Amino acid sequence: MSPKMQNTVRLTLSYVAIAIACVIILYPVLWIIGSSFNPGDSLSGSSIIPKDATLEHYKSLFNTAESDYLLWYWNTLKICIITMVLAVAMISCMAYAFSRYRFVGRKNGLMTFLILQMIPNFAALIAIYVLAYVTGLLDTHFALILVYAGGLLPMNTWLAKGYFDTIPKELDESARIDGAGHFRIFWQIILPLAKPILAVVALFSFITPFTDFILAQVILRSEDKFTLAVGLYKMISDQFGNEFTTFAAGSVLIAIPISILFLSLQRFFISGLTAGGTKG
Amino acid sequence: MEATVRQTKHRKTALALSLIPGFGQFYNKQLLKGLMFLILTVSFGVAFADLINIGLWGIVTLGEELPRDHSIFLLTQGIIAVLVILIGLVIYFLNLRDAYLNGRNRDFGIPLNSVREQYRNVSEQGFPYLMLTPGFFLLIFVVIFPILFVILLSFTNYDLYHSPPANLVDWIGIQNYIDIFKLDIWRNTFIDVFSWTIVWTFVATTGQIAIGIFLAVLMNQKDLKFKGLFRTIFILPWAVPAFVSILVFAGMFNETFGAINNDILAAFGIDAIPWLTEPFWTKVALILIQFWLGFPFIFAMVTGVLQSIPEELYEAATVDGANIWQKFRGITLPMVLFAIAPILITQYTFNFNNFNVIYLFNGGGPAVSGQTAGSTDILISWIYKLTFTSAQYGKAAAITMILSAIVIGVALWQFRRTKSFQEEDMM
Repeated sequence: MSPKMQNTVRLTLSYVAIAIACVIILYPVLWIIGSSFNPGDSLSGSSIIPKDATLEHYKSLFNTAESDYLLWYWNTLKICIITMVLAVAMISCMAYAFSRYRFVGRKNGLMTFLILQMIPNFAALIAIYVLAYVTGLLDTHFALILVYAGGLLPMNTWLAKGYFDTIPKELDESARIDGAGHFRIFWQIILPLAKPILAVVALFSFITPFTDFILAQVILRSEDKFTLAVGLYKMISDQFGNEFTTFAAGSVLIAIPISILFLSLQRFFISGLTAGGTKG
Repeated sequence: MEATVRQTKHRKTALALSLIPGFGQFYNKQLLKGLMFLILTVSFGVAFADLINIGLWGIVTLGEELPRDHSIFLLTQGIIAVLVILIGLVIYFLNLRDAYLNGRNRDFGIPLNSVREQYRNVSEQGFPYLMLTPGFFLLIFVVIFPILFVILLSFTNYDLYHSPPANLVDWIGIQNYIDIFKLDIWRNTFIDVFSWTIVWTFVATTGQIAIGIFLAVLMNQKDLKFKGLFRTIFILPWAVPAFVSILVFAGMFNETFGAINNDILAAFGIDAIPWLTEPFWTKVALILIQFWLGFPFIFAMVTGVLQSIPEELYEAATVDGANIWQKFRGITLPMVLFAIAPILITQYTFNFNNFNVIYLFNGGGPAVSGQTAGSTDILISWIYKLTFTSAQYGKAAAITMILSAIVIGVALWQFRRTKSFQEEDMM
């Protein structure tokens, strides 16, 4: 076989493989979009491009009398944003202390974080449930936010500390000579320089509660408190198939904004995950 | 210098005196500091005496008489009491250390700090603690506290029949662990669930890694067109929240209206497959879904690594007459695996605990008669069911401990190999 021929064969095979992968990836996406425009509640006799497409499922989701969907969306955004703000504030403070100061208990503190980061926070599922029950915090967003923010701390503090370590200490020292206090150095010198890692931490802190199902399922009880993950699951598990088209519309409305957000910020994700993965 | 050390024994006297907090500082003539330690100790004792008293009694007995005692409340209070005692011990230790250090300074004839200097010192050294306090408090309450709770719970008989407020919970030692391995009903379920967890972890993870590496290498060929578009499509399954994709797949694999049976298999003339009712086919479906969900992450990581492999390596290999396969085996694969090894291990632990895909796809089902776990339940989803459908809290806690031991074991093994453990300044 001539080299040119070999090249053609290689390229053709590559394109075929890529095409198969694309079909497998895109088929479920197109199927759910098609289903969401499908008239009627069930999917029997539907095709991937519905004959008489309808927007009625989207309309019913936006009708607050008929569906809690908008409320779930609002709950989720609220929980995610508060978690994000809380987690970023605590993480940047802790990472700064660990990175810049040598104090009694520092080593043990870092060690504790390293061990805690290995334990997934739903390992303590039963305890979280029983404790929320005992403290009367079951079925509140407050409990959920605290659990999410607490779970984010160990790993992300390590991540941020690693980045803070790379900011030259000479900057702090020259600021100190100029008379800046501890907090001022943190606020005006370190934080502005640490923006890239804070963006990564903020992203993680937003996406983690958004995509979590298990903790929300454990803590939230009443339907008007649900997050999207729990609500969507309820929609499909209560009367499987009977409301599938509405469920499909609900899925599309979650998937599209999150995918766009994700795809436009993916380099942050990848940089954060690589740093987290190699630094342990 | 030597002589002065022998002459005076301030450090020992100060240390001995500060067994009562504050008196060592008084001896060192640091009145204000001593007073602060004394007041702190007294108020600590007064404020927490009841809590510690009830808490310690409660954690030992878990309640003695109904309806007065609620075992789980008592257990909670007990843990809080233990935490409070620990904090108290830390303060006590700081008091001893301070008296000893200042006493030693006196032995060496070093003048002690004045009140003003002490204040500056506190605000100087206290700053990192101030920054850490909010985060640590949160961690103690929502992470450390629950972990302690689960550990203790696994040694109790807390279940449907020993459930407050109607009944008391008792300490039963390691009976839960013994039951899981000895009683037939528990042992059989445990072995079933555990072996499927292992198979699931290895097949699903290894598959998604292989697909991710394969597609990344495929995509890295220079003369390929539309790379940007294809890369975006390949990342797509990662971009969509997993719970949405899994629920959509649950619809697609549905036996009555799902597209897999009705559209795809029918188009090839294959009979409908019982995806949700036959354990074997549910397992196949779960693994296929996890391939779909998991490969983009590996794909993205490997793509980054591939771009950093120096071109000269391949050129040298071409000169030596290596073919495509040899280049892949000899250069690409080792470099990729070396670079992403830590990430690969976290992928295995992630799937080991991948509750979402198991629970959202088919609820761990189809059910197995006579067992608390369904036929596709993994350990974490079994724990969930034990807690929320059969109220076997004690057993669930014991299984959680076993699961955590495995995860932490793997993580520690991985962590010893990463550089953060070796770098002096990191710690």
